[in-house]
Amino acid sequence: MSTPLPTEERYAVLDRAPRRLGATLLRWDVILLILLVLTVAVNAIVSPYFLDVYNLADATSNFSEKAIIALAMALLILVRDIDLSVAAIIALAAMVIGYAAEAGFGAPVLFAVGIGVGILCGVFNGFLVTCVRLPSIVVTIGTMSLFRGLTQVILGDQALTHYPQGFLNLGQNYFIPFVKTGIRWLFIPPVPLSFLIFLVLAAIFGIVLHKTAVGRQLFAIGSNPVAARFSGIPVDRLRFILFVLSGALSGLGGALLAARLGSMRSNMAFGWELDIVTMVILGGVSIAGGVGSILGVFLAVLVLGLVTFGMSLNNIPGQVVSVYTGALLIAVIAIPRIFERLRRGG
Amino acid sequence: MSALLKSREFILAVVLAAGIALIGIYQPVFVEWDNLSDMLTETSVLFMMALAQMVVILTRGIDLSVAANLALSGFLAALVSQYYPGVPLVLMILAGVLSGLVLGMVNGALVAVLGIPSIVVTLGTLAVYRGMIIIIAGGDQVNASEMGVSFQAFPKDVFLGVTTPIWIAIVVSILFWVFLSLTRTGRGFYAVGGNPIAARYCGIDQGWQEFLAYSISGAVSGLCGYLWVARYGVAYSEIANGYELTVIAACVIGGVSIGGGVGTVPGALLGALFLGIVNTALPVLQITPFWQMAISGAVILAAVVINARAERRPDKLILPEARRLGRARP
Repeated sequence: MSTPLPTEERYAVLDRAPRRLGATLLRWDVILLILLVLTVAVNAIVSPYFLDVYNLADATSNFSEKAIIALAMALLILVRDIDLSVAAIIALAAMVIGYAAEAGFGAPVLFAVGIGVGILCGVFNGFLVTCVRLPSIVVTIGTMSLFRGLTQVILGDQALTHYPQGFLNLGQNYFIPFVKTGIRWLFIPPVPLSFLIFLVLAAIFGIVLHKTAVGRQLFAIGSNPVAARFSGIPVDRLRFILFVLSGALSGLGGALLAARLGSMRSNMAFGWELDIVTMVILGGVSIAGGVGSILGVFLAVLVLGLVTFGMSLNNIPGQVVSVYTGALLIAVIAIPRIFERLRRGG
Repeated sequence: MSALLKSREFILAVVLAAGIALIGIYQPVFVEWDNLSDMLTETSVLFMMALAQMVVILTRGIDLSVAANLALSGFLAALVSQYYPGVPLVLMILAGVLSGLVLGMVNGALVAVLGIPSIVVTLGTLAVYRGMIIIIAGGDQVNASEMGVSFQAFPKDVFLGVTTPIWIAIVVSILFWVFLSLTRTGRGFYAVGGNPIAARYCGIDQGWQEFLAYSISGAVSGLCGYLWVARYGVAYSEIANGYELTVIAACVIGGVSIGGGVGTVPGALLGALFLGIVNTALPVLQITPFWQMAISGAVILAAVVINARAERRPDKLILPEARRLGRARP
């Protein structure tokens, strides 16, 4: 006679911690969502032009290149790395694209060239970080100078402007045109190519990071690289792949930016690396590694992009906008800590 | 003695001396005192900024806001000179230093008290400080004609054959050396960065050391802000844009470990000198200045690779592949 199975477990092992309302409200993505709603509401009240579909569509193209790179940067920061050379890769890729365009290649080849240059740069970064075992922040400060330096050496004070029309159309026209359905509130908004790519990539990154084994492995590396290695996770291989990915997306960003602007100089995208890191950190990815979500980065991109757009609609200069975004970055991270401290103290 | 010969500062100094000699053979004008004096004057700001940044990096932090702090403090000093021309020069310089100190203390408080990662804090304050210039000035700039005469003349003064910025850099360097090598608080930076837990057991206050590091970094940025603005005769929001990464590069070349706890005053000075030489040697050698950035980049990478080789401890041989590699390595 077999012993009957116990009807009730003495200890229940939960899949996740029980949900509480207070904890939900303090979750990072919820804070960002509230910020996003506030941003839209305030801007819509202040300026009648804010909620215009065409204006919004144009606004998205101003931050989409950065946003695409921010996705790769998020994964890098998640595994305790960083890539400060992304903006330099944009310039280098745009330059090579410019020369390829002068040689008479069409748009698809030009995009492939941009991504290819980015991959090469990413392989170089990844090699130095994972094979030579150097800290990524130092390596990418060096390669940032190196890549932009190469651009300056080759280009000098010249500008490249001879991009073919087919290539420029991809950056300057709407990829999906405005479609009315007859019903006033039901329509397909115009979408620039760069924003469409961002949306698709964000979905892919979100699924890979949060729903696949590889994603869990990235969290494991970020939480404890040594333990991750002992669990059989190919830590250095994944980090290498992330640097290549970051390079590839920077190359893509360079192609999109060149197509949008129609010209490039060696100072193209100067200082963007810090903007992109800001997006990622505001998105709740911990610089200490192991914490973060693609949804958070997505919301942070929209908050920063719409704040910038809204303020520029009101003729506020870019550097004043950066005061707001810089303060926002610190405040969003500092305020929960202050509350935490008060709660523990009191 | 052999330890001295093997130290990276010594190797770097030899490389630099050889470089200067080679350039001197090719272009004798480069090693004339006038040219060297110009180069040192031009690099004096970088010398001081690299030392200040080193103190922050020693505590395992990083201060990305130094260039923005330099621009804002220099701008405030220029405003004092513009609106209160009667104020003694010392007070104008002090305005820059104090402004820098306060901005640095803000960084320090956010890092040390709230425990926010330094890269996050200084990335935020970098944007805020630079934007403040626009908010204060409404987009205007202070031009040379609006600054006081003594305000602008001071960095060009020559005392005993050496310009004032070089004198200031010498004094600041000696102060840093005495502070970091001979005082208890100075050694505390190394302790906190080398092993925070051990430092805690020794009774060293990590928060206080961090706060101090960012305050020092801020005050030095403020001083350099005055020198920069007075020397180039213009103050606006874009000055020294991106300079924070040059300062960090100088530290890295000088052998300051980004992991904290490792770095010396001579090392940081030599790292800054290296970048200074690259910048001034190119025009002398008739190479276009566009090479400057590529060369700095290559040098930074070479320096990290060399420093990492020198620092490398044998890996723990736990995994079979590592054991095999370990055997293969002599």
